[in-house]
Amino acid sequence: MFDVEKDYKKLGLKDNEFLKIEEYLGRKPNYLELSIYSVMWSEHCSYKSSRALLKNFKTTGKYVLQGPGENAGILDIGDDQAIVFKMESHNHPSAVEPYQGAATGIGGIIRDIFAMGARPICSLNSLRFGKLHDDDHQKYLFEMVVKGIGDYGNCMGIPTVGGEVYFDETYKGNCLVNAMSVGLAKKDMLVKSKAFGIGNFVVLIGSSTGRDGIHGATFASDELNEESDARRPSVQVGDPFMEKVVLEVCLELIDKKMILGLQDMGAAGITSSSVEMASKGDVGLDIDVAMVPLREASMVPYEIMISESQERMLALVDPKRLSDVKAVCDKWNINCERIGIVTDSGLYRILKGGELLGEIPVKTLTDDAPIYHHKSEKPKYIDELNKYLLTDADLSDLLNKFSHNEILKKIISSPNICSKKWVWEQYDHMVQTNTALLPGHDSAVIRIKGTSKAIAFSCDGNGRYCYLDPYKGAMIAVAETARNLACCGALPMGLTDCLNYGNPEKPGIFWQFKNSIDGIIKACETLDIPVISGNVSLYNESFGKAVYPTPVIGTAGLIADISNLVGMDFKNNDDIIILIGIENGSVSSVNDGMGGSEFMELFFNKVAGMCPDIDLDYEKSLDGLMIDLIKAGLIKSAHDVSTGGIATAIAESCISGRIGAKINIDLNQKSLLENLYNEKQSRIVVSADSKNLAQIKQKCDESNTGCRQIGLAGGEILSINNEINIEIKEIIKLYDNAIEKIMSK
Amino acid sequence: MQGRQKPYFGILVFPGTNCETDCYHVLKDLLKVECKYIWHKEKKDDDINAIIIPGGFSYGDYLRSGAVAKFSPIMSFVRDFAKNGGPVLGICNGFQILLEENLLPGAMLRNDTLKFICRYINLRVEDNKNPFTGGYDKNEIVRMPIRHNEGNYYIDNKGLEEINKNNQVLLRYCDESGNVNENTNPNGSIENIAGICNIERNVFGLMPHPEACCEELLGSADGLKIFKSIIDFI
Repeated sequence: MFDVEKDYKKLGLKDNEFLKIEEYLGRKPNYLELSIYSVMWSEHCSYKSSRALLKNFKTTGKYVLQGPGENAGILDIGDDQAIVFKMESHNHPSAVEPYQGAATGIGGIIRDIFAMGARPICSLNSLRFGKLHDDDHQKYLFEMVVKGIGDYGNCMGIPTVGGEVYFDETYKGNCLVNAMSVGLAKKDMLVKSKAFGIGNFVVLIGSSTGRDGIHGATFASDELNEESDARRPSVQVGDPFMEKVVLEVCLELIDKKMILGLQDMGAAGITSSSVEMASKGDVGLDIDVAMVPLREASMVPYEIMISESQERMLALVDPKRLSDVKAVCDKWNINCERIGIVTDSGLYRILKGGELLGEIPVKTLTDDAPIYHHKSEKPKYIDELNKYLLTDADLSDLLNKFSHNEILKKIISSPNICSKKWVWEQYDHMVQTNTALLPGHDSAVIRIKGTSKAIAFSCDGNGRYCYLDPYKGAMIAVAETARNLACCGALPMGLTDCLNYGNPEKPGIFWQFKNSIDGIIKACETLDIPVISGNVSLYNESFGKAVYPTPVIGTAGLIADISNLVGMDFKNNDDIIILIGIENGSVSSVNDGMGGSEFMELFFNKVAGMCPDIDLDYEKSLDGLMIDLIKAGLIKSAHDVSTGGIATAIAESCISGRIGAKINIDLNQKSLLENLYNEKQSRIVVSADSKNLAQIKQKCDESNTGCRQIGLAGGEILSINNEINIEIKEIIKLYDNAIEKIMSK
Repeated sequence: MQGRQKPYFGILVFPGTNCETDCYHVLKDLLKVECKYIWHKEKKDDDINAIIIPGGFSYGDYLRSGAVAKFSPIMSFVRDFAKNGGPVLGICNGFQILLEENLLPGAMLRNDTLKFICRYINLRVEDNKNPFTGGYDKNEIVRMPIRHNEGNYYIDNKGLEEINKNNQVLLRYCDESGNVNENTNPNGSIENIAGICNIERNVFGLMPHPEACCEELLGSADGLKIFKSIIDFI
């Protein structure tokens, strides 16, 4: 028997939280009420460790129609159109059941988008696993997560157009699966989730409710350990066909103006979705569990209330329109049941027929949920690791082992650098026929039919940088997305973030969390990019070890005229190749840009040194310059220098364009290796017709950004300072097939 | 043939269909011809003179691709329409539905890679004497995307002989130079078959997505000629 007073910890509640519940109710809660508190006060639903920090984000701006607080954020893109987007994590479920975990992660974020009245137009994702080499479990996780994402998105007819994948031992026990979805809406079709109008109905649309995903929200708010396998039943099961039908039904209902509000049903199921609706509208709500269509008749009320069965939505309906709503659902053969009614009591009441099963003041579940200000302390490892520098001896030893050719080949074959086509070829990235840049470029570009506009998206994060310096690392994540967008000529409008960290109750972890949030705030302010939605995922630890602090940023940018769109591919023989941005000078020799680099990890097996510096004001002028150059039609390609350094950036532009290049880099008293593989920020490799050189230089001068011609495109060989000479055919093969080779072993 | 003069396309929509708007965009916005969606519960439609069964995952493809869609009310109309010589184009899932419906011979298996495949491939036009590929030259090489789990076309030896003899194979997977062999076969399809028509040549099914490559912006405009050919035929 469950004893409420003794066993509340089994539901994830702490001592002080139980006392608070008693105080709020003025009595002991019953089991149903306790279950509702436990899910609503879970980290996942309440943001109790992060709310205090997140409120400092810049959330307004020129394009913002809706900031954080709704199912997703909204940006105005002109012509009475808006885009709606958000990123969310599904880390814990994916770690124990990768296929369903990833699939339902996609399903959840897509529902958030159409809950706002937008038709989903694309998805992106950001994935992190342990290293694949000789680790069958990591391969299994990777394979199944990709399949889960693909099967769900493909069936929905929503293109998965971009993202990123990284492999590092830190994610071995706790992979990260972050998914972003984007929708397009007519501005006058946007809907919100708040409940209003006493007597209006709350209507459940979609799947029947089963026993899957019970206590999923609580599970997501705990560390992973040897018992986690037993939590597999906490993972929900996805049905993308049902979701596609629910999507069409909801958009039809909105289009016909039959509903007054809409809310996605995600973590903590009926409870969380209906409580949020009531709380936002400052109203009370009566829910009747007897009205909920069930998969198993024997389900008890608490199971019905917190089940996380997928593909369900809650709609707010005027009683007069209920029959119209039902007719649309009938046309599509899906459930439509009135399960609740809006009241003026301020109470959340659960009934079964006429019987009252529980009664809780709405605000105690939301606004008055606990907030924690955890202790924050800089972890000791940071100063220690920051001291590390590669010495000249280290570098010459490496050159004794490998030639420059071999080093570049190893870099571009690294799973962190190589082509992710093994991944994106399993995703339908073309359906809806708007994908103007196929995956593999700096940004994903989606044209908006009927206009000359396009929207570009970039997803980025670098756990290694953040591990070495969470403040700078987070700034770099924001800056890199902006730079990626600029490389396609897009002006950043707003971003969503997915913040992945360990257990915030540990002072070192909370310090990482706090500092990276500060970094995001700083970057957003300087680069003028508001945060419009996001998600926090804490307790990403396995067996007591946290993942690197990994904020992932997804930014949307506007391309006013798609006709000048450029990709990263070098185009024609004798086009000049120019490096725009900080080449060598301004960065001190202590911070050589090698810290946290792929080069250091790959050849010296170390994640150490100093995180690269970033000058955000400089970044802002650089990005503005790029947009300007592209708009003026002066350049043919652009690709930012990031993981793997400038050698990688150049190789990738060659690979993408199926063309060689002859490069000569000014060594500036540093070794060639340092020049090729440092990851200093704010640099872009562009190519252009040589006749445009003077004009490009002039524009660079005007914006104080600086540029230098470093070579010419053409031929069938990539040649760098005459030390590297590799046939393009060979590089392409290595780059394109690296992951497939590892996966088929 | 149907009595109408002007082209009027009907695009079938089943629960789970997801390429209907892509087809609509090509016909209405790019080619400026009349078209409309036809919900699968409809019994017939007297306006139209060409049918497109677009791609997607009708009924989630949970049983077998296309296996459930064939029981929809609209399908008996499609049968009659085809019998009367009306042009029917089935793309991807639409091709699978036409196979399940026996309007085209053969069957579809899972890709031999056991994975969903989304990428551009090359196709060789094997025949242009039909309402669908008339706009291409024979042996022309065109670029289109494939996007499927189950595009591994199979037919028994006798059937294969038959469709070859009758020039029913309209498209085969090939490389940039038109070579048709194992290396240019993305999914295990028998003899690299990507698209076939019926013996009367008015029903055509193909796995590639012509509607997704009708604008250079999207990487290729090679698909446009299929729709233009149908319009010319009407």
